[in-house]
Amino acid sequence: MRRGILLRLALVALLLALVLRPAWFAPIFAPFAPEGGPVIYDRASLLSLSLSHLGLVALASAAATLVAVTLAILVTRPAGAAFRPLSRTITNMGQTFPPVAVLALAVPALGFGAGPTLVALFLYGLLPIFENAVTALSNLPPATMEAARGIGLNRRQRLLQVELPLALPVILTGIRLSVVIALGTATIGSTVAARTLGEVIIAGLLTNNTAYVLHGGLIVGLFAVLIYDALVRLEAGLSRRMGLAKAA
Amino acid sequence: MSTRNAPAVSAPGLLFAVLGLAALLAPFMTLAANRIVAGEGVRAWSMAGPEATLPGLAAIAAGLVLGLPAAWPRLRLAGAALGLAGAVWLLVQGSAALLDGAGDYARVSPGAGFWCLLVILALLMADALSNLAPGPLARAGLLAAALLGLATVLGSGALADLSIFQEYASRKDAFRDAAWRHLWLAFGSLAVAAAVGFPLGILCHRRPALREALLPVLSFLQTIPSLAMFGIMIPLLGWVSDTVPGAQAIGIAGIGFAPAFLALVLYSLLPVGANTVAGLETAPPAALEAARGMGMTPRQRLFQVELPLGLPVILAGLRIVLVQNIGLAVIAALIGGGGFGTFVFQGLNQTATDLILLGALPTVALALVSAIAMDILVDLASPTPERHR
Amino acid sequence: MIEIDRITRLYDGKPAVDAVSMTVETATITAIVGTSGSGKTTLLRMINRLVEPSSGEVRINGEPTTGLEKHVLRRRIGYAIQGHGLFPHHTVARNIGAVPRLLGWPAEKIRARVDELLDLFSMPPAEFRDRFPAELSGGQQQRVGVARALASRPDLLLMDEPFGALDPIIRTRAQEDLRRIQRALGSTILIVTHDMEEAIQLGDRVAVMDAGRLVQHGTPAEIITRPATAFVAEMVGGVERPLRLLSLFPVSDLIQEGPAEGAAVPDRTSLRDALSTCLWTGRDALPVERDGQRIGRVTLDAIRSRAECHA
Repeated sequence: MRRGILLRLALVALLLALVLRPAWFAPIFAPFAPEGGPVIYDRASLLSLSLSHLGLVALASAAATLVAVTLAILVTRPAGAAFRPLSRTITNMGQTFPPVAVLALAVPALGFGAGPTLVALFLYGLLPIFENAVTALSNLPPATMEAARGIGLNRRQRLLQVELPLALPVILTGIRLSVVIALGTATIGSTVAARTLGEVIIAGLLTNNTAYVLHGGLIVGLFAVLIYDALVRLEAGLSRRMGLAKAA
Repeated sequence: MSTRNAPAVSAPGLLFAVLGLAALLAPFMTLAANRIVAGEGVRAWSMAGPEATLPGLAAIAAGLVLGLPAAWPRLRLAGAALGLAGAVWLLVQGSAALLDGAGDYARVSPGAGFWCLLVILALLMADALSNLAPGPLARAGLLAAALLGLATVLGSGALADLSIFQEYASRKDAFRDAAWRHLWLAFGSLAVAAAVGFPLGILCHRRPALREALLPVLSFLQTIPSLAMFGIMIPLLGWVSDTVPGAQAIGIAGIGFAPAFLALVLYSLLPVGANTVAGLETAPPAALEAARGMGMTPRQRLFQVELPLGLPVILAGLRIVLVQNIGLAVIAALIGGGGFGTFVFQGLNQTATDLILLGALPTVALALVSAIAMDILVDLASPTPERHR
Repeated sequence: MIEIDRITRLYDGKPAVDAVSMTVETATITAIVGTSGSGKTTLLRMINRLVEPSSGEVRINGEPTTGLEKHVLRRRIGYAIQGHGLFPHHTVARNIGAVPRLLGWPAEKIRARVDELLDLFSMPPAEFRDRFPAELSGGQQQRVGVARALASRPDLLLMDEPFGALDPIIRTRAQEDLRRIQRALGSTILIVTHDMEEAIQLGDRVAVMDAGRLVQHGTPAEIITRPATAFVAEMVGGVERPLRLLSLFPVSDLIQEGPAEGAAVPDRTSLRDALSTCLWTGRDALPVERDGQRIGRVTLDAIRSRAECHA
């Protein structure tokens, strides 16, 4: 447990150093840079790229969560039941669309820049959240639902006070999947001129500068791993609390 | 809606009909003076004379109407097929008529209206199919029929005037190479991942300590964004190729196919390994106890009880890997790994939409077909027939 | 004959089964009864070496079980467990034929044996052979589980709470079936149960386990009339002991000459049921018949004195 915390702190420190004090790592990356070429990416500040990258992901994921959960609530009500099978097929088949292809296909429609990236992240992010939210909302413990009706909660109260809180851990799992995919897809977003950390890697690939590639790759990889880990812990904490609440 | 329990009109069908008719109002095709400039949209009925457009428009409208009755999913399926046929007919008629006298460099391509209709009709088809719930063999038949139809349309050359096919025509060899490379990357990495991940999964199933140690590491590997993973492979394999004798001779290099292939294998290990473990755990504990008690050896238990019962879950892992790798192989193009991604990124560089489509559409089609085919296999592998559920 | 010879199993230095010795005669049912944690299941599992004894040995017809490879030994011993443990992906026929197939019997012989067993368990082969376990009722699944354990005509059948998951009515029928089949085949059966009622009904002999030790091993009547320890007495149940005892004997044991009014009972009826009939219908004596012929009567006084004399 303690070793886990120390490891996490060390990784956070490494990430911060890679982003804020890239010059420290020049001696390490130097062997990978071409003869006489630059070692550290200097065309943009890594901090601003990181913030822009995370901002895109946060915006797209927040919008996707809002829309996906709303849609999931709609198809799990009696009135929306006719759209259930269709929505299942769409999420099933939609997730086979490669994220890069979604990104590339958004360009002809929306042009270059942050726009297509945001749309691709949003569209692709919808699916896992929607799928998990529908699963969670349709597999609530029947006894609890019966009790909620029994004590006289109306539909709205049942949804807000019982169904959504109980479904939350599973919905969070969907959000985590979607955030991880978004982090990766945003990296590729720099090929359509979105400002993300992918820019560093792509610049390295284009100029045969492995130092850039490694530096950018490490930052993106660390962000993904740490965010994933944080969300896993959040979910675990929530389910534990939920388990206790149920037992009490 | 006639009665509360059985509405006569399917709600999704109604939605599709409204959206489909609205999509017909959008430009069906675009005509551009050359490959790079933005085209001008043309509506379906103004592309050509009524004798050419009316049959197509009628087929689409009829298809959308056939999609309405909730009680007849077969009819709705047929409606979707009819509508698709109508859309293709309009594409064929429209491209010929629009190009007539438009100049040597003129390009026609499907417009927003066509793409929207395509999506709406595909959704209608999917909705009808999910109501029909065909068994695995019927689905295989439908998939084969759909592929045959697609191959006939593409092979007939009727669509050769469309700009995406002109892009294709000028890159036939490159396209074939990219296709091969893409298939190699996706299926080759699947095969290697299965060969490694499968025994690894069995080992993890036998030794819980190994599972505790290995699966979290694999799931962290899985979270690393693909571009970063591909990037990190470059110095790694570059070092291997420089230091290990003979590595270069078998094609291992810092950039190109090898790092892409290795990255895909690494991504695949978690789904293959974790699903193998999960699959082997589906056998009911009482059945395993009985198997041990009746004198099955560990090998017999694995092959006669655990594997047959876990096969659908294990195959579902392979489905995840296959679909995922078909998509990720696009990114391989960025590190010189080839595949359809070559066209996607070239197209993005040149802002040539048709080139982007030439890379993206086959990738999407390949992923969809693989997913449907693997779903069929998963169903066929179900150890007990459907009637028991 | 099965000889269990000072068999012990230690877990973390503590005995789960502590130097248990017991002999099981061929063609009898021995019921091992105890509370959970008494070591009864561990004892059973040491016989087919699903659990290895820490010390002591088990001999089947004089041969130590350690003389064979584990899986070979197990193929000679039938094993039926709670929740049946059928293979969900195999048909009924394949489930029943599992051990014969492991033993390499020819297909024709397996098929004949499967049909024979299905008939024995009153499940018409034509109807049930090709069904999957999920298509059977709980009672049918359990019968297939026992049929599978008997398929290779094992020297010995081990059963671990085989009827634990069944509801009371089906359970009684399953116990009767097992008795009937055991008599027909002459099988040797060791059955573990936590239910003293079941042990007394089924067992020719009852072995009571408590905290890893065998505290008493005897006929059901001995267990009821002379419980060796306070624990056994509690298991048998103080108040119900006379009734349990009466349930072991048929009315034919107490038959005598004399008049009796009302409907007759068959001579195989247990004394307990006869007592119940007397009290319910307000009679002091019941006519007894065998094959429809009146052969005498049984009186309330006789039943009472039979219960008293042992109490």
